[in-house]
Amino acid sequence: MLTESEPYYRQPLLKTPFHEQARAASQVDAFIPWSGYTTVDVFSSIEQEYFAIRNSCSLYDITPMIKYRIGGPDAARFLNRLTTRDIDRLAPGRVQYNVWCDDDGQIIDDGTVFRLDADEYRLCTAERQLDWLHASAIGFDVAITEITDEIAALSLQGPTSCALLKALGVAGIERLKPFELGHFALGAAAAPPLMISRTGFTGDLGYELWMRPEDAAGVWDALMMTGQGYGLRPIGSRALNIARLEAGFLQPNADFVSAAHAQRSGTTRSPLELGLGWLVDFEKGHFTGRRALLAEQRRGPRRCLVGLDVAGNKPAHNALLYTDRRGRVQAGSVTSAAWSPTCKRNLALAMVDVPYLDDGAAVWAEIYLNRELVWQRRMVRAQVVKRPFYAPARRRATPPPEF
Amino acid sequence: MTQPAPRYDCIVVGAGHNGLVCAHHLARAGRSVLVLEAGGQVGGAAITREFAPGFQVSAGAHLLHLMPPRLMRELDLAAHGLKFAAERLKTVALAPGGAHLTLAGDAVFGAPDAADQAAYPRWRALMQRLANALHPALLEAPPRLGSGEWRDGAALLRLGWAIRRLGRHDMRELLRIAGMCVHDLLEEHFSSPLLRGALAFDAVLGSNLGPRSPGTVLSLLYRMAAPGGPEALAQPEGGLGAVTRALGRAAVAAGAELRTNSAVARILMRADRVCGVALASGEEIAAPVVISNADPRTTFLGLLGSEHLDAGFVRRIAQLRSRGLAAKVHLALDALPQFRDLDPEALRGRLLVAPSPDYVEDAYNHAKYREYSAAPALEVTVPTLADPALAPAGRHVVSVIAQYVPYDLAGHWPQQRQRFIERVIDTLAVYAPQLPASVCGSELLTPVDIEREFRISGGHWHHAELAFDQFFLVRPVPGAAQYRTPVPGLFLCGAGCHPGGGVMGLAGRNAARQVMREAA
Repeated sequence: MLTESEPYYRQPLLKTPFHEQARAASQVDAFIPWSGYTTVDVFSSIEQEYFAIRNSCSLYDITPMIKYRIGGPDAARFLNRLTTRDIDRLAPGRVQYNVWCDDDGQIIDDGTVFRLDADEYRLCTAERQLDWLHASAIGFDVAITEITDEIAALSLQGPTSCALLKALGVAGIERLKPFELGHFALGAAAAPPLMISRTGFTGDLGYELWMRPEDAAGVWDALMMTGQGYGLRPIGSRALNIARLEAGFLQPNADFVSAAHAQRSGTTRSPLELGLGWLVDFEKGHFTGRRALLAEQRRGPRRCLVGLDVAGNKPAHNALLYTDRRGRVQAGSVTSAAWSPTCKRNLALAMVDVPYLDDGAAVWAEIYLNRELVWQRRMVRAQVVKRPFYAPARRRATPPPEF
Repeated sequence: MTQPAPRYDCIVVGAGHNGLVCAHHLARAGRSVLVLEAGGQVGGAAITREFAPGFQVSAGAHLLHLMPPRLMRELDLAAHGLKFAAERLKTVALAPGGAHLTLAGDAVFGAPDAADQAAYPRWRALMQRLANALHPALLEAPPRLGSGEWRDGAALLRLGWAIRRLGRHDMRELLRIAGMCVHDLLEEHFSSPLLRGALAFDAVLGSNLGPRSPGTVLSLLYRMAAPGGPEALAQPEGGLGAVTRALGRAAVAAGAELRTNSAVARILMRADRVCGVALASGEEIAAPVVISNADPRTTFLGLLGSEHLDAGFVRRIAQLRSRGLAAKVHLALDALPQFRDLDPEALRGRLLVAPSPDYVEDAYNHAKYREYSAAPALEVTVPTLADPALAPAGRHVVSVIAQYVPYDLAGHWPQQRQRFIERVIDTLAVYAPQLPASVCGSELLTPVDIEREFRISGGHWHHAELAFDQFFLVRPVPGAAQYRTPVPGLFLCGAGCHPGGGVMGLAGRNAARQVMREAA
């Protein structure tokens, strides 16, 4: 938290309210920086943590996610002008995945919009962007406050997550629908307030828990205690990254670079290029980037983000893609890759050029293998396939199935 | 739902000189044009109005020197009643000791130094050659960079060729001095502080700059590149309002319709394009093209609304530097002022109180810290000498542009207004000791007053500061520098566009051409 007594230059990374718990649970001491906080990359082993997400239940500290409170009479108008989706369709108590662009229709960030009340919203983003939000607020009666360190948050994901919350006395959690939020408490009426949304970054059944920082350690301990019977395991970002790839979700700074940070021309991406055209509502009125995106739509896409099923079992990290086995004509490049233990497939997200966008299109991936410090090059087939790669029915079922 | 068919092809918001020129050109080309003016008379800031009982004055600019003679002929302003009370006005640089200088065309009279006397025509010739190379760029819409269109490439090539054709010496000189401050350049050429002060004043007139500010050589070149040229200083009979009245008549004669007392409250949008305007009265008028003579901030943030624009563009508009630093002071006098050691005939010209570049820079220093100048630099005219009808018989008007007066003065104006008028009068009294006794009425227009009276956000004469970062290709901001805007059907034609302010009319003319090219 920002209230640490140490001056910032002595501890350049902040600690989340779960830090002591995470430190105690960490077996391999693998911490990485995330938005100015130190967070866990791996607790014990990536595989164990991954299987907790898919087979039992996982706990992930998402406090460093950037959060803004957006309120005021023009909050909805402001968000409609900022983002590409229609905010008027977001009812109070609901959450929306959304993206926003610069004037050229290039993505600045993606994130979620929580509608907490008639005219109070929370915007959760990957990157800090108060400057852009303020620029977007010119002419709107809206108050924007960064509240990242005012709210501690945990992501509880996996098939047993609902059962665990029920066991903790979170009454009615099974009725919470996907992208819905509610106010709950752990057990007794005197327990600290807890906002829970049925959201997550795994494409599985799961919840995100939002709380005051002072309640954070208690919530973690309660979850871990009761979670023993539900296979609960704290996870780091590496395991999550496999799950999010299976779900086909985009990772900023891996699958696209924010237009606010890009230094070179041609490196930014539009929502249409990222396969997020379904998020762009051209009918709702003006929003930043709309004219540029309309022009792009008329022009037709030049490249698009697709899912790839890569032959073999070696993840195609950073692989260049070619139209031919000899690698003469480049067709794109891989942005994220992993072996999917659940799908038993070698998956990747890739930016490919026209005309290799359609399902079934085949390209060649150039993969470099490090075999005990001996590097080898493989050219393997890769086929464009539909996303998400993995979508269990339980992620949408309400009430969720008993496990 | 069926919409009524638009009655007009184009609506021009604001009947300033640029709006009227634009309306005239569009109407002459066969467009049906409606001009809507919020004020009671046409002219925007170029009007003549009473400031004390029986005394009339040009409320904004008081001399005409930028409007191209060719444009005046095209509009046939003479036939529409424009006459000049005085032309080719001389400039007198007042010296506290009485050794005044007179600048007339390429000659300077009264210079204390023979070297300066000889250097002046050379300086004039050099600056005029450089300015002439830039002049054609003022006559057309600035090119877009990277558009890939032949028109833009050709315009850039023309400018490059005009500069290249200056020859090795002049081209080098232009590239060397274009970013300099005028103070340093003048030191290279002249020794007389009085002469340097007068020339430095011209470089900073109406701007947010002091003689030591970078870019002031550019603003001087800009002033000289304007088609009239400084020796074309002229005083219209009836003040500057006579110019815009003639422009209004010319526009009407060409077929445009003018409506005064019709303030536009909003520019209306439908299906992401302009569809008309709504007046403050509530009346809505449909038109597929709206051309705004208002300043960029008022146009985009006031009339249109940022919800129709992208956030990055809105930020550029919000950050546009557009705070005025020049005030107008109008004095009503019982008697003709007597300036020491000055031939009364010289009062018909333009008098400058800028005895040295340091004097002007000192005046500017105060404004940097949100104070008005302790010793302001002044441009003074006595329009009633050539045009007695502006005042009751035997009485006179003194019209003063006073620099510097900050828009965001520290403290409140009401207590300081009278003090600033007295300061201007005291400054004049150094040269005309009897003047204070004959003052029988006065008016002060600070940038805040200019903002209110003429609806110019920030009260800057040029709508947006004329400086490198807001000049030519990027005036007023990238994305709106060719009179078109990001909004289909909405155009700009005011001083905030290339080539800028002053009563020039070229922004209006260039804008009309752009409208005809794009919205046929």
